[in-house]
Amino acid sequence: MSKVKVYIGMGTCGLAQGALEIKKKIEDYLNGKKIAFEVVPVGCIGYCSREVMVDFEFESMPRIAYCEINPQNIEELLTELIEKKNYSNKWLLGTYKKTPSLACLYDTPYFAKQKRVALENCGIVNPYSLEDYTGALGFVALKKVLSSMKPETVIDEIKKSGLRGRGGGGFPTAIKWDLAFKQPGSKKYIVMNADEGDPGAFMDRAVLESDPYRVIEGITIGAYAIGASFGYIYARAEYPLAIERLENAIKICKEKGYLGKNILNSKFSFELKVKKGAGAFVCGEETALLSSIEGKRGMPNPRPPYPAEKGLFGKPTVINNVETFANVPWIIREGAAKFAAFGEGKSLGTKVFAVTGKVKYAGLIEVPMGITLRTLINDIAGGVPDGRKFKAVQIGGPSGACMPERLMDTKITYEALKENGAMMGSGGMVVMDDTTCMVDVARFFMNFIQNESCGKCIPCREGTKRLYEILDRIVLNTSNQKKSSEELLRFKGVLELEELCNVIKNASLCGLGQTASNPVLSTLKHFRDEYEAHIFEKKCPTHVCSSMVKCSIVTEKCKGCSLCSRKCPQGAIYGKPGTPYIIAADKCTGCLLCLSTCKFSAIVKE
Amino acid sequence: MKTKLKMIINNKETEFIKGETIFQVAKKAGLFIPTLCHMEGYKPSGACRICVVEDVKSGRLIASCSYPAEAGMEVRTDSPQVRMSRKKIIELMLSNHPQDCLTCTKSGFCLLQDLSKQYGIDEITFQGGAKKKAVIDKASPSIVRDMAKCILCGRCVTVCSEKQGVSAIDFSHRGFNTQVSPGSFKSLAEGNCVSCGQCIMACPVGALHEVSHKKLVIDAMINPNKKVAFQFAPACQMTFPEYFKKSISVDDATKKIIGALRGIGVDFVFDTCTAADITIMEEAKELVERLTKKTKPLPMFTSCCPAWINFIETFYPKHTKHLSSCKSPHMMKGALIKHLSEKLLKVKAKDLFVVSVMPCVAKKSETGRPQLENEGLANVDAVLTTRELFSLLDEYGLQYEKIQDSDYDRPFSTASGAGKIFGATGGVMEAAIRTAYHMVTGKELANVEYKPVRGMSEIKRAAVDIDGTIVNVAVVNGLKNVVEIMEDISSGKSDLHFVEVMSCPAGCVGGAGQPYTTDVEHLKSRTKTTYKEDENAAIRCSHHNPDVKEIYSKHINEHDAHELLHTRYKGDK
Repeated sequence: MSKVKVYIGMGTCGLAQGALEIKKKIEDYLNGKKIAFEVVPVGCIGYCSREVMVDFEFESMPRIAYCEINPQNIEELLTELIEKKNYSNKWLLGTYKKTPSLACLYDTPYFAKQKRVALENCGIVNPYSLEDYTGALGFVALKKVLSSMKPETVIDEIKKSGLRGRGGGGFPTAIKWDLAFKQPGSKKYIVMNADEGDPGAFMDRAVLESDPYRVIEGITIGAYAIGASFGYIYARAEYPLAIERLENAIKICKEKGYLGKNILNSKFSFELKVKKGAGAFVCGEETALLSSIEGKRGMPNPRPPYPAEKGLFGKPTVINNVETFANVPWIIREGAAKFAAFGEGKSLGTKVFAVTGKVKYAGLIEVPMGITLRTLINDIAGGVPDGRKFKAVQIGGPSGACMPERLMDTKITYEALKENGAMMGSGGMVVMDDTTCMVDVARFFMNFIQNESCGKCIPCREGTKRLYEILDRIVLNTSNQKKSSEELLRFKGVLELEELCNVIKNASLCGLGQTASNPVLSTLKHFRDEYEAHIFEKKCPTHVCSSMVKCSIVTEKCKGCSLCSRKCPQGAIYGKPGTPYIIAADKCTGCLLCLSTCKFSAIVKE
Repeated sequence: MKTKLKMIINNKETEFIKGETIFQVAKKAGLFIPTLCHMEGYKPSGACRICVVEDVKSGRLIASCSYPAEAGMEVRTDSPQVRMSRKKIIELMLSNHPQDCLTCTKSGFCLLQDLSKQYGIDEITFQGGAKKKAVIDKASPSIVRDMAKCILCGRCVTVCSEKQGVSAIDFSHRGFNTQVSPGSFKSLAEGNCVSCGQCIMACPVGALHEVSHKKLVIDAMINPNKKVAFQFAPACQMTFPEYFKKSISVDDATKKIIGALRGIGVDFVFDTCTAADITIMEEAKELVERLTKKTKPLPMFTSCCPAWINFIETFYPKHTKHLSSCKSPHMMKGALIKHLSEKLLKVKAKDLFVVSVMPCVAKKSETGRPQLENEGLANVDAVLTTRELFSLLDEYGLQYEKIQDSDYDRPFSTASGAGKIFGATGGVMEAAIRTAYHMVTGKELANVEYKPVRGMSEIKRAAVDIDGTIVNVAVVNGLKNVVEIMEDISSGKSDLHFVEVMSCPAGCVGGAGQPYTTDVEHLKSRTKTTYKEDENAAIRCSHHNPDVKEIYSKHINEHDAHELLHTRYKGDK
C-alpha cells in the first residue's frame, strides 16, 4: 500500500477533544501495520459539535472526512478503513470532492447552504505550511495587487465589493481605507483587530489558527492600499495557538519575501508584528486597542478624531477585524462582482457566525447575507434539540439583542437586524430554548458587561453596575427577605430601569457602553411578560430564578415515603407516612433538595 | 486670518474658528456647560459625560469637550434629553460617593456638590454596592488620598503624567472596581511621587488634599513655652486679597493678615522675600563661581522648588550636582531666625516654632529632610498652605473691619522687587540676572526688567548678555518640560548655563497650596499682580536690600553662611 495522508483537525477545539492522542494512536497503528503515511495538522472546519475531524486520503481516492472521532474510537475507525476498507462507516461525514460512491461533505445540511469565503481554507490547509496556502491560490491576490494595481484601484475594488467591517460596526471598509489613504504624511499604520472577546464567539480564532497566511495576505493588501509600512495584529493573549501559528507564518513570509522589504520584488515594503492583548474585553474597541498597543492602559478615547485621521501614535491608522481581512484576498482574486453577488442591499458578501447554545450542531457557519435567521438556525445548525421549543437567539455578543421566535424570518443583513433592535456584531449567536429565563439572560450579560467596563466613563462604569443590581433585585423574591427596605429598593429600581438603560446607551463614551443596555432593552421589548411575572407575581415562568421557585407535590404520584420531609432544611413539608405529603408554599425557599431526593418524581417546580 | 464659521447653539447663531470644540464655542458665547473631567489646556478625556449636548439633526448626545464644532451644526445644551442624562449621571455618581460633605475638606469647593445643587438632586436614586472602602493613604508627607471619594474623572492622572511627567498615579482595576492608585505600591509615599500636589489642585472633589499642619501650629500657639514665628512666601501674599474677597492691595491684605495673626497669639511675622533676596545673593555667587572657576558642572539649576528637588533626586540622581546648593528661601529664613533668635528676638532657638506659609504642598515634604537642620533644630517646624492659613483665620472668625493693621517684624523683613517676583515662573531667573550682572560687572543694569523670561510658556530660553559674556538660560514650569533639558545634559548636548525650574503652572502663584483654581486666567491675574508689586517696589535688586546687607555684615560670617544657607542632596558626598 502506498502513502496515506491523514489530516487531523488541530485547532484549539480539536486539541481540546484529544486530537494529539488521536494522532499518536494513528501513528502507532499505521507504524504497526508498516503503512507509509503522513499526518497533516489542519485547522478547524467549523463543525464544532462533531469534533474531532480526521480526514483520510488513500491512494487514488478522494480526501474523506470523518467526524466525532475520539481517542477511544479511532482504532475502530482505522480497522474499518484499513482492514475492512469500509469507507462509508458511521463516522463518515463526506468527501471534499463529489464522487459517485460516497456522500459529499458539501451536500450535508450543515454545509449545503453555507458559502465559504473567509473560511475557504479553514480545516483544509496546513496552517504551518506556506506551500499549502499557495497551493490553495494563496498570495495570488497579493501578486495581482503588487504587479498591476494602484492603491486607488485596490480601494475601488473593495468599494465595489461592498465589503463592510465584520467586527461589529459594519463600517464600509473602502471608505475607511480611502480616508487613511488621503491623509498626508508617509507614516501610517494598519492594525488587525484579533481581540475577539464576545462570550461564545470564536470566528476569528478559527481563522487565525486555521489559515494564518490568509489574514497576512489581507492585511498586506490593506497596507498597500493605504500606504502603511507597519502593521500590528492585536491578538488576545488567551489565543496562544493562534499567536504561535501567526508568528510562524509571519516568520516564513519574511523569509520567502511575502513580508518585509520589497515584497515580491516590488517597491512596497511592509513589516508586521503580533501584539498580545492583556485580556481586557474593551480592547476590542478600536481606540482602546490603539492605547493598548501604545503601551497605555486600554481605555477608549473620544472620537473624532477618528483613527483613520489620527490613530496609533497620532498617525493615520486603519483598524479592521480578522474576518474583514480574510475576505480581502478572495475579493481581489475572484473579483468584487463575485463577492457582491452574495447578499443584498447594502449588506453584501458573506458573514461568519459562531452558533452556540441550544442547537443541534453548534459551530462556525458562513452564509451569504440575506438569508433568514430561521434558515441559519433550523436548516444549517439543525434547530433546537431534545424536542424543546425555540425561544430566542442572542445576536451580536454580550451587548447584542435577543430576537424572539416571531422575528425568526428577519433577514441577516446589517439593516434588517438594526431595524429590529439587534446588531450584526462580530457574529456571535447564542440560541436559547424554552427553558431559558430571559430576565436571567439579561442579568447574565449585564454582569459580564459591568465586569468588563473599562471604568472610564460614568454612565458605563456606574450605570451598568446599577443596572445589574436592579436586575438582580428583580430576580430575587424579596418577600423572602426580612428587610422591607429591600422591597422598596427593588421597586425603585424597576421604575428607573428603562430610563437608566437609555442614559447608558446615549451618553456612554464608547461602543461598549453605547450597546451595554441592549440585552435589557431587547428582552424588555420582546419578553416584557416575563419581566412582569418576576416583578408583580414574583414568579419565574421558566423556574430558573431560584429564589422564585417553589416546589409542590403531585398527590397522585406521592407514595408518602416521608424522605423529602426529613430532608427539607426549612421543615416545609408536612404529612403522614403512607399518605401524600404537602409543601407549605410560604416556607419553601426553592432549594430543590426535595426535588432531587424524591424517588417517584412526585415533586415539581412551580 | 482664521475664517470664522457658524453653528447654532440653542437656536442662536454662534461663530467659531475651525478646531474649536463645542465646549469652547459655548463658553465663548457665555453658555455654561458643566464638566467634571475636562481641564483647559489638556486633551479632553471624555470620561465624565456631564458635558453632553444634543446634536439636533441626529438627536444623538455628543461630548462637547471633545467634539469639534462643525459649520452648520446645530446643538442644544438644554434639551430634555441632555438635562435628563446629566441628572442621571450625577445621580449615578452620587450613588457611589460617600455622603459626607459635612466632614469633607473640599466642602464648598466641590464640583460634584455644585452640580448636585444646580441639577436639583434631592435624593439618592440608586443604591447598591459601593466602592471598596479604601484605607485613606496618609503615608505621603504632603498629600492625603481618600479614594472612597474619588470620582475617577482622571484629572489627577492627566496632570501627573502630562504636566509633570511623573506618572506616580494611574488607573488600575476595571469596571466598577476601577481606582486611581500609585501603581503597584501600597501608598503614594512608596512610589515616585514628587509631592508637587498639582493633583490636589486638579481634583474636583475631596479625594485629595494636603497633609494638614494646622493642628501642629495651633498647638504651638497655645503652648506657653513656645514662641511662634510665621513667615509668608511671596506667592502667598499675591493671593491674600482673595481671602478678603475685596479689591484691596497686596500690602493692605498682608497687613490685615499680620494683624489678625498677632491678635490670635502669633509672636513674630516675617517676610520670606528677604530670604529670597539672600537666596539670590548665594545663588548668583554660586553661578558666577561655576561660570568662572568651573567648580561644578553647568548648567546650574535653581533649588527653590522642593518638588523639583524630589524630581531630580528620583529620576536623575546622577545629575544632582547640577543643582544649586542653596536651600529654598523659607529654609534659609528659618535657619537664620533660629540662629539669631537669642541675639535678636530674645528667644531661645529651641523655644521658637517657625511656621512657613507657603503656596506649596511639597514644602511640607521638605520639612522632613534631615539635611535641613542646623544646630540640632529643624529650620522650619511646620508648613501651612495658603489655604490652611485661610482656614486658620476662618477658625478664629476674624472680622475684617475689626482687625488692626500690623507690619512685619524687623530686621528680617525688607523685601526687594526681586524677592517678590519669586512666585512667578521666570522670577528667580530675572532676580538672579539683576544681581549676577552686578556681581560680574560691578555695574547696575539700566533697566532691571528682563522680559524674555516672563510669561506663562512652559519653557522659555534666552541668551543673557552680561557685558559681553553670553549666559544661556532657560526657565521651565511643569516638570515634564525639564525632561528635554535633562536628556540634553545626559547626552552632552546642552549649552545652557542656568536653568530655573518650578513644578507648578505659572510658578508658585499656581502652587498646589494656593486657593483652588484650574482657571488659567486666574493664574495670569496673580502673575500680573506679582510684577506690579515688583514695579512698585522701592528696591528692585536683591543686593540693594538693606536687611540683606545687614545680615551679611553684622550677623553671619562666611562659615555661618555656608552652614545655614546651603544644603546637600541625596547621593551627595
